[in-house]
Amino acid sequence: MTAQPDNNHSGGDDNKKVVTRLMFIVIGMFAFGFALVPIYDVFCDITGLNGKTQGQVSFSEQPKVDMTREVHIQFVASLNESMPWEFHPMTKTVTVHPGESMKIEYLARNMTDHAIIGNAVPSVAPGLAAPYFQKTECFCFTEQKLEAGEEKRMPVVFVVDPELPEDVETLTLSYTFFIKPGSETITTSALHP
Amino acid sequence: MSAVIEEHHDHHDHKPTGIGRWLFSTNHKDIGTMYLWFSFLMFFIGGTLALVIRAELFEPGLQFVEPEFFNQMTTLHGLIMVFGVIMPAFVGLANWMVPMMIGAPDMALPRMNNWSFWLLPGAFGILIASLIMSIMGMGSAPNFGWTFYAPLSTTYGPASTDYFIFSVHLMGISSIMGSINIIATIMNMRAPGMTYMKMPIFVWTWFITAYLLIAVMPVLAGAVTMMLTDRNFGTSFFNAAGGGDPVMFQHIFWFFGHPEVYIMILPSFGIISEIVPTFARKKIFGYSSMVYATASIAFLSFIVWAHHMFTTGMPVAGELFFMYATMLIAVPTGVKVFNWVSTMWKGSMTFETPMLFAIAFIFLFTIGGFTGLMLCITPADFQYHDTYFVVAHFHYVLVTGAAFGIMAGVYFWLPKWTGNMYDETLGKWHFWTSVISVNVLFFPMHFVGLAGMPRRIPDYSLQFAEFNAMASVGAFAFGFCQLIFLYNVIKTARGKTSVKATGQVWEGAHGLEWTLPSPAPFHSFTTPPQVK
Amino acid sequence: MIAAMRVAGLLGLMLLSGESLADYQLNMVPGVTEFSQGAYEIHTMVMWICVVIGIVVFGAMIYSIINHRKSKGAVAADFHESTTLEIIWTIIPFVILIVMAIPATKVLLAMEDVSGTEMSVKVTGYQWKWHYDYNVGEKAEEISFFSNITTPDSLSIATSGNVVKGDNYLTDVDNRMIIPTDTKVRLLFTSNDVIHAWWLPQFGVKKDAIPGFINESWISVPEPGIYRGKCAELCGTNHGFMPIVVEALSKEDYAAWVDGQKSAAAEVAASASKTWSKADLMAKGEQVYATFCAGCHQANGEGLPNVFPGLKGSAVATGDISKHLDVVFNGVAGTAMQAFGGQLNDVDMAAVVTYERNAWGNDVGDMAQPSDVKAMR
Repeated sequence: MTAQPDNNHSGGDDNKKVVTRLMFIVIGMFAFGFALVPIYDVFCDITGLNGKTQGQVSFSEQPKVDMTREVHIQFVASLNESMPWEFHPMTKTVTVHPGESMKIEYLARNMTDHAIIGNAVPSVAPGLAAPYFQKTECFCFTEQKLEAGEEKRMPVVFVVDPELPEDVETLTLSYTFFIKPGSETITTSALHP
Repeated sequence: MSAVIEEHHDHHDHKPTGIGRWLFSTNHKDIGTMYLWFSFLMFFIGGTLALVIRAELFEPGLQFVEPEFFNQMTTLHGLIMVFGVIMPAFVGLANWMVPMMIGAPDMALPRMNNWSFWLLPGAFGILIASLIMSIMGMGSAPNFGWTFYAPLSTTYGPASTDYFIFSVHLMGISSIMGSINIIATIMNMRAPGMTYMKMPIFVWTWFITAYLLIAVMPVLAGAVTMMLTDRNFGTSFFNAAGGGDPVMFQHIFWFFGHPEVYIMILPSFGIISEIVPTFARKKIFGYSSMVYATASIAFLSFIVWAHHMFTTGMPVAGELFFMYATMLIAVPTGVKVFNWVSTMWKGSMTFETPMLFAIAFIFLFTIGGFTGLMLCITPADFQYHDTYFVVAHFHYVLVTGAAFGIMAGVYFWLPKWTGNMYDETLGKWHFWTSVISVNVLFFPMHFVGLAGMPRRIPDYSLQFAEFNAMASVGAFAFGFCQLIFLYNVIKTARGKTSVKATGQVWEGAHGLEWTLPSPAPFHSFTTPPQVK
Repeated sequence: MIAAMRVAGLLGLMLLSGESLADYQLNMVPGVTEFSQGAYEIHTMVMWICVVIGIVVFGAMIYSIINHRKSKGAVAADFHESTTLEIIWTIIPFVILIVMAIPATKVLLAMEDVSGTEMSVKVTGYQWKWHYDYNVGEKAEEISFFSNITTPDSLSIATSGNVVKGDNYLTDVDNRMIIPTDTKVRLLFTSNDVIHAWWLPQFGVKKDAIPGFINESWISVPEPGIYRGKCAELCGTNHGFMPIVVEALSKEDYAAWVDGQKSAAAEVAASASKTWSKADLMAKGEQVYATFCAGCHQANGEGLPNVFPGLKGSAVATGDISKHLDVVFNGVAGTAMQAFGGQLNDVDMAAVVTYERNAWGNDVGDMAQPSDVKAMR
């Protein structure tokens, strides 16, 4: 406070108090920025924003099957760029009754001459239906490693919650395989000068 | 303008001289001056980038810059104008005016004030260095737009992205310190009798803006920190491959970004609320509703961010919520406009340059507000989103809104700062050329946007050619008109105008700052004035 | 106000442009689908409400500016608050907003109604092209293709001048997305790399294509025709050059197109097993290069300095052919070079590698055969 002539009721103490309080807000908001990450995940789980599906679900008792209703499930597969695999669903579509457990398989093949680790990211459209699409078993729960030229069938077991909103007739389950971050340097460094 | 202060300086205070005066300055006026000149310099740099963009878009086909460089232009133009021009100019005005308006000798935390300014040249030096390196062929400057959406800016960002992140961190620290200082000054340094509800509206708008800054700049810092660790330390906040989500980036960014756009307009509201009563010679209409309107706009700004993201595929309930919340902002904004009009109503108006800019602000900002209202209607937004309609909207709000507000403020207070009247004829020339060219520049963008031209593209289809040519002509005209402004400011600061300013300067001026002599003394109020 | 400015704008335009006024357009397109017409109606309504409010507010301001000036001897009145007035101009805008919100909500809810879709197409954004996959759901067809701008010369200053700028400048693609009319087609959007946005103004659809996630929307087009759009989300260097063209065909024509695609696919499969001549490979390779490679490496093979490497005289394109194939097939992780193994068939892959090794004076002389590529799979 050198250049500040002593003015009035204001003093260094008041300023310190204000600065301390405001610094708490600053630090709090910085932390809040990071807290948005888990908050967002919870929000997605509840609303199905973005078609994010939930993790593994286990039922203590099998939900009641609603035989009066049919839901079409479509399966699609995508590969993120520079993922040199072949990847597609073995079944393109199934029709299920809500509550009924269903198993389908995807097929993945590593076309290169070296092992590659991949992560499958699941997504459901419409996003609204995502919370009702419950997987009891999925290759997307863990990372998948395919040896050079290896081919693998990858199962998904799921149940569509009978609570699924009435107007949803068709559901699409999508998986996109990405190379596991950080693993590609090992797998492709040999390729390039 | 500083030189003049020195010449007319007849006070007892000891003032450092030479370069040290500026480097180590703790004086609110010197620091305010530096902020304003810094902003002016950045205005011309950012403007030059805009002219590169408009030159390329003058006619279909690629003529001057490659698409990659074009993207760097749009990115740096946005970043420089937002963080390097509008925000520092507001902080500069706050530095100069807040202590004078509340009857204080200086800012509450003068040394922090010095630091918060001197971080800025560093921050922008880094950013502009990446552009210079790009021009010299040493890699690409940031090229992902000022909104830097992941994964374009993370997995796919050029090496200079790390420079950009560091630069944003520095800007953030600078803004946060500046805001803390302003809040501390307003809370602790008011003259006896200056209650909160007697503070000038400019002080009020800055008080609220400073809180907004403190609340959202740390969130931006968090977002770029996450980018930094995603890029360099193997985290996956925004990378789907590792379980992250690129759309989450947009949520965090716009949680900062929407309050940010109000940070860039509220102080201008304050400036206009000072100018209109002065030249209408009538008290501001609805002082307390002005304050409450500002506070409600600030509050609403925290719950509308996802209206920037309607096309990312939100649940319909979310779309409806953000549409309704955004519509609500029209109410307090409308109150402000109606209050300004009522202040003018049955006044006794004169039309000096600050008033002309203020009136243009009210007209043109309102047009920007209308297009904002149109944009918040979700089903229509699917057609407007990421087109030139949006570009037109935010340039009406930021150029003819925020920037016109700043220009009005500079003309309004320049006589107080320098002790000299600016050249009124040049001021009028500057105003009329600017207001015509700025409309030639931005109005056609509504049409091309509605007709289907996406933003951030270096080349376009033929049906957009006429209006783009028009906009480019307007852009060059607007750019060169600003040289009149520069010349006028320099001329006034150097005392080349014959007319000396009185203390009150304007016939209708009221408020503590006008009770000081012009130029204002180095330490504003050494003995606190008594406010009735 | 806006109308007046429009007229002024047009006048200015006529002065500015000596040449004939192309069919420029001032307003949003009404489009052909329920979505786009809903958006257009709500846009028109809100715009006119704004114009009316604008006339009232600006009218009051202009009246005041003209009459309440000091030079006319006006003396300032002394009022500076009126609770009644302020309540009125808080409530009136509120009412107007409700008037806007009701139809907006209706239109939005209609857009979200995905029930009764008859077929699905997966749309994937790539830097910088679109991929359409019909192999989805109940009516899956083994059809998928890339859709690329037809004028790769548009991408750089050096060659931009060669492009004839006609009516569909920058909005023409090699393979259009084909859909049947009067059919509710569900669109599933995703991306291969960064975020793109699929925008077709005539359909009122704009949805982000996000890597790892799928978004959906739907269209039902009543009239056969060709509809054009663009990528609307900044997605990197050539964001401005990834047009979208959708052609709606009557149901019969659509069925014929599906059959045609199937027989074409069979032909491609057959041609993969024969041995190709170098001239044929070069001709095919040039097309494939323009579609898949020129976006980055440029039509002249020189790339963009410091952004995309050139192929002219490069170590890969003039070195060992198996390594060249490997790079194109598997991509280069951590760079913009994608793995084209999944995007190109055996013939295209062999052709483009052969082309790159022999064009622009590379003249290596060797060539790759489709069988070489097949062996890699």
